[in-house]
Amino acid sequence: MSDTINITLKVWRQKGPGDKGHFETIPVKDVVTHMSFLEMLDTVNEQLALEGKDAIAFDNDCREGICGMCGCLVNGIAHGPMKAMTLCQLHMRKFSNGDTIAVEPWRARAFKVVKDLAVDRSALDKIIQAGGYISANTGGAPDANGLPIPMEIAEKAMDAAACIGCGACVAACPNASAMLFTSAKVSQLALLPQGRPEAAKRAINMMRTHDACGFGNCSNERECEAVCPKEIKITNIARLNREYIKASIGSDVM
Amino acid sequence: MSNWLTNAFSTSIGKKLLMAFTGLCFIGFLAVHLIGNLTIYGGKELFLSYVEHLHALGALVTVAEFGLVFLALVHIVMGLTLFLQNLKARPVRYEVKKAAGGRTIGSSTMPYTGILILLFIIFHLVKFRFVDKTPVDVNDFTILAATFSQIGWVLFYIVAVIIVAIHVSHGLWSGFQTLGLSHSKYMPFIMALSVVFAIIVGIGFGFIPIYASIIA
Ligand code: FES
Repeated sequence: MSDTINITLKVWRQKGPGDKGHFETIPVKDVVTHMSFLEMLDTVNEQLALEGKDAIAFDNDCREGICGMCGCLVNGIAHGPMKAMTLCQLHMRKFSNGDTIAVEPWRARAFKVVKDLAVDRSALDKIIQAGGYISANTGGAPDANGLPIPMEIAEKAMDAAACIGCGACVAACPNASAMLFTSAKVSQLALLPQGRPEAAKRAINMMRTHDACGFGNCSNERECEAVCPKEIKITNIARLNREYIKASIGSDVM
Repeated sequence: MSNWLTNAFSTSIGKKLLMAFTGLCFIGFLAVHLIGNLTIYGGKELFLSYVEHLHALGALVTVAEFGLVFLALVHIVMGLTLFLQNLKARPVRYEVKKAAGGRTIGSSTMPYTGILILLFIIFHLVKFRFVDKTPVDVNDFTILAATFSQIGWVLFYIVAVIIVAIHVSHGLWSGFQTLGLSHSKYMPFIMALSVVFAIIVGIGFGFIPIYASIIA
């Protein structure tokens, strides 16, 4: 396997939210295959800077697959072709010499393109603000075994809590729905005793905010589950549906 | 006017609950309809006696028919609302988009197969339900035989039934998922049942026009 490849980038360029945007074709020579996808974009940006051109804007932060900042559609798939992987963890060795790689931003009514590949995902924060927390006053540290939680339940809550809020589920969903995200955020709290007191209010308010932000309606296409870098399962969506039903008919929340 | 009930059904999940409940009702209806129709394989007498027994239920049949119309209205109105909202949720489409492995033929065509099924049901009702059955030499068997002696109608029904099967292959498990009826022990069974039921519907209904054209 050679250590460098030549690729052709077809990257989305858009000056701002109002601009229509277009694909720009950039041939990239001698890409070291040990680079991550984002490092490859860095070198492209260096090249663009030397030519006096505008660098490609893209979101990133930790580059360790834990913060949820990065993400684009690579050849039509959110976070690229690898399963359970964020874009920053994708390496160029997964591509072949001569490949043309299309790079597009997340697209949804609720996600505005800020510039090029950078997208405003604050709609996800709005959903969290609507109830993705518990409002308990913290006192002294509670006794370790004061609230027994079965191992399987703790595991399910942890699996849901693995969501890094990158928005790939929305990007991949044919309906631009944020149900996988919302369901993970509802589940991580609904499963645990600390989350129960506000469970009804949380399920209803987070759902209403989800809709108000302009996300679509889940039709169980399972594309979200297929692209999620943290492998969040759609069983969380079923749990959110149950929580919503319970909250609607069995609680005092209007 | 807004109260807890209308609030509950106005969110995305609420609308989907209506969709799932009515859809599962139709799956039940399909099963009953198929079992009844299978009497055709017993010959003309058995089929006509099934029709007669069904109509002997009198007012119950009328109530059931109105029930089905109501369920259909809810399913259609909700389905179209969700479909249009989903189109609006992504105003700028992707230039390059690939399926990542989640969607199936059934799931990706739901709104379209749904609309085609609606058109089919209209034809179907005009053909078999709202037809003049008063003349003495006309009964449900003669209508069936007359329809399926024409190859065009045979093909039309086969295509329609395949479309219904595709719709059901996603609809069944999807309905359970939306109602929150998901459990790691049973969900694999329900998902398999979705496909098996779709095949049963496809073959069960699909062979009736063929069989009828042979005995006609
Ligand atoms: S940059 Fe943090 S997850 Fe990719």
